[in-house]
Amino acid sequence: MVQFPRWQVILVVVVLLIGATFVAPNLMSRETADNLPGWVPSQQINLGLDLQGGSYLMLEVDLDTVVKEQLENLVDSLRIGLRRARLGYTGLGVDGDTVVFKVRDASTVDQARGIVRNAASNLLIDVSDDGAFRVRFTDQAIRDRRQNVVDQSIEIVRRRIDETGTREPSIQRQGEQRIMVQLPGVRDPERIKKLLGKTAKLTFRFVEEGAVPANGRPPPGTEILPSDELDPLGNPRRYVVKRRVMVSGDTLTDAAATFQDGQPVVSFTFDSVGAKRFADATRANVGRVFAIVLDNKVISAPVIRDAILGGRGIISGSFTTQEAQDLALLLRAGALPAPLKILEERTVGPGLGADSVRAGKIASVLGMVFVVIFMGAAYGLFGLLANVALIMNLVLILGALSGLQATLTLPGIAGIVLTIGMAVDANVLIFERIREEVRQGRGPVTAIDAGYRRAITTIIDSNLTTLIAALLLFQFGTGPVKGFAVTLAIGLVTSMFTAIMLTRLLVVVWLRKRRPQALAI
Amino acid sequence: MALIRYVPLNPKIDFLGRRNIFLAFSTLIVLGSLLLFAIQGLNLGVDFRGGILLEIKTAEPANVADLRRRLGALKLGEVTLQEFGSNTDLLINVQRQEGDQGAQILAINAIKDELGSTVAEYRRTEFVGPKVGSELKIAGALATMLAMLGIAVYIWFRFEWQFALAGLVALLHDVAATVGFFALTQIEFNLATLAAVLTVAGYSINDTVVIFDRVRETLRKYKKLPLAELLNMALNSTLSRTVLTSFTTLLALISLAAFGGEVIRGFTLGLIWGVVIGTYSSIGLAVPLLMFMNPRASAAEHRDEPAAAGGTS
Repeated sequence: MVQFPRWQVILVVVVLLIGATFVAPNLMSRETADNLPGWVPSQQINLGLDLQGGSYLMLEVDLDTVVKEQLENLVDSLRIGLRRARLGYTGLGVDGDTVVFKVRDASTVDQARGIVRNAASNLLIDVSDDGAFRVRFTDQAIRDRRQNVVDQSIEIVRRRIDETGTREPSIQRQGEQRIMVQLPGVRDPERIKKLLGKTAKLTFRFVEEGAVPANGRPPPGTEILPSDELDPLGNPRRYVVKRRVMVSGDTLTDAAATFQDGQPVVSFTFDSVGAKRFADATRANVGRVFAIVLDNKVISAPVIRDAILGGRGIISGSFTTQEAQDLALLLRAGALPAPLKILEERTVGPGLGADSVRAGKIASVLGMVFVVIFMGAAYGLFGLLANVALIMNLVLILGALSGLQATLTLPGIAGIVLTIGMAVDANVLIFERIREEVRQGRGPVTAIDAGYRRAITTIIDSNLTTLIAALLLFQFGTGPVKGFAVTLAIGLVTSMFTAIMLTRLLVVVWLRKRRPQALAI
Repeated sequence: MALIRYVPLNPKIDFLGRRNIFLAFSTLIVLGSLLLFAIQGLNLGVDFRGGILLEIKTAEPANVADLRRRLGALKLGEVTLQEFGSNTDLLINVQRQEGDQGAQILAINAIKDELGSTVAEYRRTEFVGPKVGSELKIAGALATMLAMLGIAVYIWFRFEWQFALAGLVALLHDVAATVGFFALTQIEFNLATLAAVLTVAGYSINDTVVIFDRVRETLRKYKKLPLAELLNMALNSTLSRTVLTSFTTLLALISLAAFGGEVIRGFTLGLIWGVVIGTYSSIGLAVPLLMFMNPRASAAEHRDEPAAAGGTS
């Protein structure tokens, strides 16, 4: 243990130098660090949202709605198909994950089967002898559809957040149907939450003339939708709107908030397909009323005065400027294929983050100072050597955090402080062993050699058990716990290295230079 | 030259002679903790309970009674306010709202509207839905159990089964005592404090393993010595290390509790308690338990293998 091969000396020096190189950028301003030449590490420690301030959102894609919608669409197309073929049927509807109906005349089963096949692909069709149909999508089709919807949702979420000008957002899929959004530095998460909470499905549809039926039951092929306008009695005005979509919002290519007669409005542009459809529909229906429907709510219901040919239009409603801007943003970014639910939110203001960093620094430095003083007092020269190792240990932890770009969180700082306290353990173990050997009358070299040799298995055993706990914390923990596990694990590894390699090197060098006759430990 | 020595050079404390006192004390601690946990329960934070947590800084020293009345009038169910460090810092806890996720957002907005200009800064907003809350609970319990199991398996692998069992009992003791601490003080139990419990587990086992290592070594060295005397010898020769390491760790933790800020204070207090109890349990519980299981029988079989890896009885 007192022999130190040259390669080990080189290893210790190289590891420490690398550690120091990775720490260095943290001591510079961000600009200086960014301007370093490419071959030098220039990454600074990645602060978690709890330290730099920002918002964390966990969203869930409402896939049940998607599946339900898909079944309802199938019902609609079957109804149209069966009617067009003049086949009598009863009981068409959704039953769980299956669409059911029964043909009146059992001899038309084959014809009906053809209609079902044309309505959608990837269907499992089950027909009983009396002409009862049970139709459902294949598991593969449902899986693909769900996968697709989540992918699309992530894309739309990304576009919406980019449009708000948030810097460096992180948007990741979590599990099957969740999306994790991290927004560093965001001060007003309410606006983003509002933007993500809207599906923003825009449609242009004709309004059925006449009053809303008193019994609240809409005529076939229509639905009753509310609007923001108030009727003379002060109740929200409702419209009977055709289910059939004249033009849908996914044909928009651009939207912007602007003003018309001093009122905030949203102007939009169709792509060529949308423009043609809109032109055809308006040309044939001059004088009729159509509704602009956003998320099942009528924003406005203008009368068609003329055919609208240019592929451009304006949505006017009772908007504030902010609302008009947000609507334009939503239309530009596109509609979500399914509603999003916010499952979890954690927002830390920049003030608290800065306070936490400051408090963490003070606590680390003071903890360090206490431990350094104590070690010096307890072990004299050996304590000072251990202190050198302790400081290098901190350098290595910070270097590893920068190099690995692990995220430092507030519990992570606690992990560092705890490691500072525990890091001396390995040295204490060794020094106590050396003391024992000295007490048994051994000379300095043999005492140190035996001390290290005996203590090393203990050090490895005790650190590995803690490392197991840290790794499991990292694996199963979430958010703050993970951050803690990272620094704890890094700290355990670096403290083993500094205790076994660095302090030993220092002790051996001292031993060779001084050749002491007795150990003052 | 070392300036101070904390432990007499050659302590000869009869730990094992007092093993019944230790065992009674440990039983008392565990039963007390379980009782507290059953009766008082943990003050579950927003992470596990679900609901809304706001940390605000008010422009002027907060009139808590007035704020409590105003927020109570919003009919959001249970709303608790507490000062957090200073009289301009307040923590507002709101119970989980009935209805879907939208209801939670509406509740946050209602609170923010009501507070209006009273608030200078929203320092923290946390909202955890019921689904996520129960998931975090399950994940937390799973992490704790797996961590303890992993540690026990490792000790079993490195030592004999008697050591693994004694270590595991000491570990459960420490975890129970730490949970009892949170039940007693009603310090909020959240994800961070759960991490504290797990760290206590790691620290405590670290401490136990160091002593076990010495026990094993002593067992091999002195084959004729009565067990109680032998265990005493192992404890005494590691005592100064035990005291020193606990002391430096506590030094670091106390500076963290004093200066690390309000957010992690509960977490740090739990750790401090855990380090104390973990140090005690290695001496007062883990080693005395070995006394009842006769580790010598197993150790003797392995006397020719220095590493004694993978030994069972």
